[in-house]
Amino acid sequence: MNNSLPRHQSDLRTMDIVNQGLSRRYRAEKRFRIYGIAAVIVSMAFLLFLFVSIGVNGYTAFQQTYVQLDIHLDPEMLDAGSLADANYQGLIKRSLGEMFPEVKTRKEIRQLYGMVSNGAAYQLQDFVRKNQNRIGSVIQLWVPADDDVDMVVKGHIERDVPESDRRVKDNQMAWIDHFQANGRLEKRFNTTFFTAGDSREPELAGIRGAAAGSFYTLLVTLLLSFPIGVATAVYLEEFAPKNRWTDLIEVNINNLAAVPSIVYGLLGLAVFLNFFGLPRSVPLVGGLVLTLMTLPTIIIASRAALKSVPPSIREAALGVGASRTQMVMHHVLPLALPGMLTGTIIGMAQALGETAPLLMIGMVAFIVDIPGGFTDPSTVLPVQIFLWADSPERAFLERTSAAIMVLLAFLVTMNAAAVFLRKKFERRW
Amino acid sequence: MKKVFIAGLALVFALGLGNAGAASRDYISIVGSSTVYPFATVVAENFGKTSGFKTPTIESTGSGGGHKLFGAGVGVEYPDITNSSRRIKKSEFEAAAANGVTEIIEVKIGYDGIVIANSNKAGLFKLSRKDIFLALAKDVPYGNVAGETVPNPNKTWKDVNPALPDIKIEVLGPPPTSGTRDAFVELAMEGGAKKFDWIADLNKKDNKAYKALCHTIREDGAYIEAGENDNLIVQKLDTNPDALGIFGFSFLDQNTDKLQGALVDGIAPEFDAIADGSYPVSRPLFFYVKKAHVDSIPGIREFLAEFTSEKAWGDEGYLTDKGLIPMPEAERKKYRQAVENLTPLSASDF
Repeated sequence: MNNSLPRHQSDLRTMDIVNQGLSRRYRAEKRFRIYGIAAVIVSMAFLLFLFVSIGVNGYTAFQQTYVQLDIHLDPEMLDAGSLADANYQGLIKRSLGEMFPEVKTRKEIRQLYGMVSNGAAYQLQDFVRKNQNRIGSVIQLWVPADDDVDMVVKGHIERDVPESDRRVKDNQMAWIDHFQANGRLEKRFNTTFFTAGDSREPELAGIRGAAAGSFYTLLVTLLLSFPIGVATAVYLEEFAPKNRWTDLIEVNINNLAAVPSIVYGLLGLAVFLNFFGLPRSVPLVGGLVLTLMTLPTIIIASRAALKSVPPSIREAALGVGASRTQMVMHHVLPLALPGMLTGTIIGMAQALGETAPLLMIGMVAFIVDIPGGFTDPSTVLPVQIFLWADSPERAFLERTSAAIMVLLAFLVTMNAAAVFLRKKFERRW
Repeated sequence: MKKVFIAGLALVFALGLGNAGAASRDYISIVGSSTVYPFATVVAENFGKTSGFKTPTIESTGSGGGHKLFGAGVGVEYPDITNSSRRIKKSEFEAAAANGVTEIIEVKIGYDGIVIANSNKAGLFKLSRKDIFLALAKDVPYGNVAGETVPNPNKTWKDVNPALPDIKIEVLGPPPTSGTRDAFVELAMEGGAKKFDWIADLNKKDNKAYKALCHTIREDGAYIEAGENDNLIVQKLDTNPDALGIFGFSFLDQNTDKLQGALVDGIAPEFDAIADGSYPVSRPLFFYVKKAHVDSIPGIREFLAEFTSEKAWGDEGYLTDKGLIPMPEAERKKYRQAVENLTPLSASDF
């Protein structure tokens, strides 16, 4: 009896201690949650800032300023026999000169000719080739404006800074206003950006060449890395004996996944270019190098997918008399494939954004022609972004952001495809 | 499914190895200096659009990297042309010759000014080459005693020259791999160092010590290596009005609304001043052609003709629009002649 009282008291005391500490523990838990939420908010804010700044900088690149010119297709200058080397630049210049007859000094004339892109001549050449019956008449043609004019129209060059500090001088500003007043200047959707290859003139530059290069490079990567990766994973997971050698291989594959990508570029340079003598700057070599880079990712993902197939399926297959190959091919592989595909797509997305290994094998280069195959010189989307970011012309700034948007769109699509495949085909046991 | 992949695999290898076996190339491959890159690319693009040949591919590898690739051998796997923001070194010429690249045609294309610029929100700098040397060298002369040097104690521009503003020395410039850096130390730093008589004398006595003194840039944080990306330097200068940047004239030319070029020895970095040679920090730009490739790669002759035409590198040519400073007419004629006759460099030219 005597003993019960102190025991009761001590029980109460334990409870009290718990109760006293309770609010502190609740607070600690709340704080912890707030830290978590804050971390998420901060990272979301950065992401949003990134997207907004790229969007704000880049959306204007999807439009391009065009100028309408009245061009007299002078039969004297356009001899039907030699349409290819007629002086189209001269026709454009004459048209501009007729529009502003008061321009006389040499310097001003040069400034005036600089108002339209020098791509205008190629456009005119194209027009004449297709419409030979129009030779002799006066045509109205919309041609791209020079990048400086484009920057003024889009407001990237401010008008109120002193003339000496501006690339576009007062007389050129006046011509722009004149064009605008007469409805001869218009912003249109920039189709060139999606149909042209690289160019040193921002108004003629496009991402088609880089996109085609990325396509061929990734095709080579996919065709090589998926079968090799899956075969490796199947062998290691289903057939290989567990011994020191397979352990060593496993450790090495895991290590390779963490090797910086530039190292693969050096390897590619040494093996594919110097030893096998493959050409520089081609998607074939780029694809081979990126294959080396993505293989560990695909092997690891594929092995994880194989591991998640329950052993009962294997045992059942073997139990009804299937050979090991039949077991893998007919039962295990189909069940593991969605996981493998997800891993592959993520590996491909990684390869799509890679520039460092391509530097070594010459794919960081100025390439105008749109590649048409695996052995045409080409570059890839992230490299195009890098090259434009390094160009002095102001108009490349917005094109850089626009190209980033296109690259991000590809990446988001690929990752969404991975999520979709996982959701659709995933099986749980 | 597997069969499709195996077929694909075989296809890729067949394509690749087939091409390697055929060993031909129908486009010109150009490597080299990042300073010449903006000019070479414009010529290449115009050439591709007007000539009917494929557009040359141009890699920006830096002058040194370009010479290394260029001099590695003769054959389709090696580049045909290398751009260089300095003259080829004798060692590079000999290394190339050892690899079978014996006949190299040198073409000077024009000049480039190296500017020292800051944001135009800040005051205009008026520097002498001596100021530049004293501000950026690792070791500077101590007192008036010949041969005495101390690690650079100058913290602000005022320490260098009382006429300059009291602003911390902070200069963004290219890394040692850059040809711009090579030219800058040679023209600006060495030019400034030579103003000290004993350093000029040192050149005759001990060339190695002279070069080490003149060409070594301080490493205590006053000079910041900003990478090869000149646009990045432009942006940094815009946000930090106290800093100065070192880069090629074409970037100043494109950004006159944000930046101003410092006067060097009283001369502003302007087109005419660089063209007539009065601006002291300007250098010639070159490219080098492998003669052995001229007849095996289609279009090299035509490309050279385009590059050396008046409409490209002339006084009013399209390269001047991109910021290239043209050569005087006599010099243009000389190099056009060299290109037409394909006159190679010889060891006696060094």
